[in-house]
Amino acid sequence: MRFVDEYRDAELGRALAAEIVATVDPGRHYKLMEVCGGHTHTIYKYGVDDLLPDNVELVHGPGCPVCVIPMGRVDDGIAVAHEEGVIFSCFGDMMRVPGSRGTLLEAKAAGADVRMVYSPLDALRIARENPASQVVFFAVGFETTAPSTALTLMRAKAEGVANFSCFCNHVTIVPPLRALLESPDLRLDGFIGPGHVSTVVGARPFEFIPGDYRKPIVISGFEPLDVLQSVHMILRQLAEARCEVENQYKRVVPYEGNPHALQVLEEVFELRPHFEWRGLGFISHSGLKLSGAYADFDAELRFPVPGIRVADPKACQCGEVLKGVIRPWECKVFGTACTPERPIGTCMVSSEGACAAYYNFGRFTREKAVV
Amino acid sequence: MTGGEARTLELIERVRSKPLRFRDERVTMAHGAGGKATQSLVEGLLAPAFGMTELADAAVLEGLALTTDSFVVKPIRFPGGSIGELAVNGTVNDLAVAGARPLALTLSLVLEEGLAADELRAEVAAIARAADAADVRVVAGDTKVVERGRCDSMYICTTGLGRVDPRARLSPAALRPGDRILVSGPIGEHGIAIMLARGQFELAAGIESDTRSLWSPVDALLEAAGPSMRCIRDATRGGLASVLNELARASGVAIVVRESKVPVHPTVLGACEILGIDPMYVASEGRLVAFVAPEAADEALAALAASPGCEGAAEIGVVKTDPAGLVLVETAFGGRRVMDMLVGDPLPRIC
Repeated sequence: MRFVDEYRDAELGRALAAEIVATVDPGRHYKLMEVCGGHTHTIYKYGVDDLLPDNVELVHGPGCPVCVIPMGRVDDGIAVAHEEGVIFSCFGDMMRVPGSRGTLLEAKAAGADVRMVYSPLDALRIARENPASQVVFFAVGFETTAPSTALTLMRAKAEGVANFSCFCNHVTIVPPLRALLESPDLRLDGFIGPGHVSTVVGARPFEFIPGDYRKPIVISGFEPLDVLQSVHMILRQLAEARCEVENQYKRVVPYEGNPHALQVLEEVFELRPHFEWRGLGFISHSGLKLSGAYADFDAELRFPVPGIRVADPKACQCGEVLKGVIRPWECKVFGTACTPERPIGTCMVSSEGACAAYYNFGRFTREKAVV
Repeated sequence: MTGGEARTLELIERVRSKPLRFRDERVTMAHGAGGKATQSLVEGLLAPAFGMTELADAAVLEGLALTTDSFVVKPIRFPGGSIGELAVNGTVNDLAVAGARPLALTLSLVLEEGLAADELRAEVAAIARAADAADVRVVAGDTKVVERGRCDSMYICTTGLGRVDPRARLSPAALRPGDRILVSGPIGEHGIAIMLARGQFELAAGIESDTRSLWSPVDALLEAAGPSMRCIRDATRGGLASVLNELARASGVAIVVRESKVPVHPTVLGACEILGIDPMYVASEGRLVAFVAPEAADEALAALAASPGCEGAAEIGVVKTDPAGLVLVETAFGGRRVMDMLVGDPLPRIC
C-alpha cells in the first residue's frame, strides 16, 4: 500500500536502530513512556522492541481509551442497555470490558439489544431507522474521538432525531499526564507523545511537560518507523541535554491542532468537575459531559443511571500498569487469572491495552540487540 | 529478559496447556467465531460428553470419512458466491483436508416463512452446480420451515461422506521441526467480501469470496508428496492464525511464519488496515494450509501452484521446536511477535 508501506520499511528501520545504538550512553538506563495505546499496539505488532538496545525500556502509558473506563461506568452502560426499548450501541472493544456483573457482550446474550458500531454516525443512522426505539451511543475516548461524537450530536440536534442520546465518557489527555508526572513512584526520562489526539489538540498543550517537569516529549506517528524515529529524537534531546516538545508527526499534526474540531468540542461538551479513571482514581477536570445546549441528548439525564462507584478487583493492578509503575507481566494475575478471553482488568481487553498487547504479541523470549 | 518475566511466561504456558473448560453462563457470539471461545465450547463441553479424543475435520470409520457443517451466513448472497455454494464447498473441504475423496452429501434446509421461491430456486441451483463441480452427489435430505423472523432467509446443514485416500497419512499431531508450511493462495477474501457485502461500513471494493472445492489441490499434494504430507487444513473461521495455533498445540511444536511471505490481496490488506483487523484472522472458504516434510516441500509447492485456483500458492514458514505450542511471526519490519488465537468476534456469521 502506497503511503503506508514506506513507513514500515525494514531497511530504514535497521538504519534507524543503528543510529539509536550510536546515540545512547551504554552506562545509562532509559525509561520512555509511550502515552498512547496506539503506539503500544504498533510496538508489539511490528516487534519494534526487538530493534531497540537493551537499555532503552518502553513503558506503556494511560492513553488507551477503553482501559481507563472504570467498572462503575460499564455497569451504568449495561443498566441503560437493559432499559425497555433501548438499542445500545458502542465500539467493538467496549463490548468485552468487564463491569462488576459481566460485559455488554453478555448483556446482549441475556437479551439486551447491544450493537457494535464503527462510528457514532452509524448509531445515529440506527436511531433514524428505528424511530420507535431509544438509541444510546456509549461514547468513549480522548479528544481524538470526541469531535466525531460532537458532530454526530450536532447533526442529531439539527435533524431533530429525538430518540438518540449519548452516554458520554469522553476524557481529556492533559490531566492524566499531569497526574502521572506528579506521581512519586514514577521515574521516566521522556515521552513518546500521543499522535492522534494531537491532530485535534495540537502540540502546544504538552509544553508543560518540558516546562514544568523538565522531560522531553516527541509527538509521534503510528507506523513502526515513526515510533523508532521518535525514540531516536527523544534520546538525542537527552544526549544533547535539551528538553522540549518536538513534532515527529508533522505530516498530520499541526502545532496548533485543529481549530474547527476544538470549536465543536467547545460547543457540545463541558468539563465535569471530576471523573473517575480506572486505576488512577478521580482526576479533576479530566472528563467531558454534554453542555447545557445538548442536555436533551444526555443519556445520563434521559435514563436512570445507577452511578455506583465500583472498586477495582483487589487482584487487579491496572492502575500500576497504566502509570507504568509495573510492567504487564509483573501484575499478580497477568496471564493466569486475567487473560484476553477472561479479562479482570481493562488493560487486558483492548488491543491497545498494554497487557493485551504484551499477552497477544510479546509472550516469548526476545533476543535483544546488545550495545 | 529478567528471571521474573521468564517465570511469568512459564506460568502462562502452564495455564494455557491445561484442558479448556466451558465456564460461560450463556452462549455469546464469540462462541461462534472460531477462536478461543469456540474451542472452549468444543473441547470443554462437546468432546468430553461424547468421549471424543481427537478432533479432526472429519471422522474416519473403516476407510470412510464423515463430517457435517451448518451454514448461517448473512447475507445469503455475496460477491463470488452464496450460501448454497458455501454449504457444498465447506463440507467437501472438510473431507478433502482430511485426505478423503468426497463421495456424497446429505442436505438439510431450514427455511424462513415468506422466503421468495425464486431465491430458494437460485440456491438449490447453486447447490447442484457446486456439487457437480466438486464431483459429489446429493443423496438424501430434509426440509423444515420456521416462522418469519426465526431465521435469516435460510440455514443449510450438509453432511459429507468420503473415502480416505490410500496416499494420505495426515494428522494434526504429525508436525515435526523442519516441516515447511504452504498456503494455496491469498488469504481472507471470503471474510472481507462478506463484511463489505453487509454494507455496514460504507466501504466498497472488488473483492469476491474465495469459496471453492479443495479436493483437486489436495489430490495434487498427495500425488506429489504422498506420505510426506503431514497435515492439511482449510483456513475458515478464525483464519490462518487459528489453524496454525491449533496445530502448534496438537503437535507440541513452534510455528514460525514470515509475514512478508503470506499472500494477501492488496484490497483485502487495505480493507483490513481501515477496519483495524489482522488478515491472519480473516476467514477463507477455499484456501488450504499444508505442512510438508522439508525434502518434499519444493515438489509439493509446485504441484499446489499448478492446481486450478491455486496459482498464488506460497511457502510461508517453518515448524520449529521452541517455544512449543506457540505461533510466532517474523514481521516484515524485522521484529517478532506472537500470533495467538482469535479472542473476540470481529465478523459474525460468515459461513
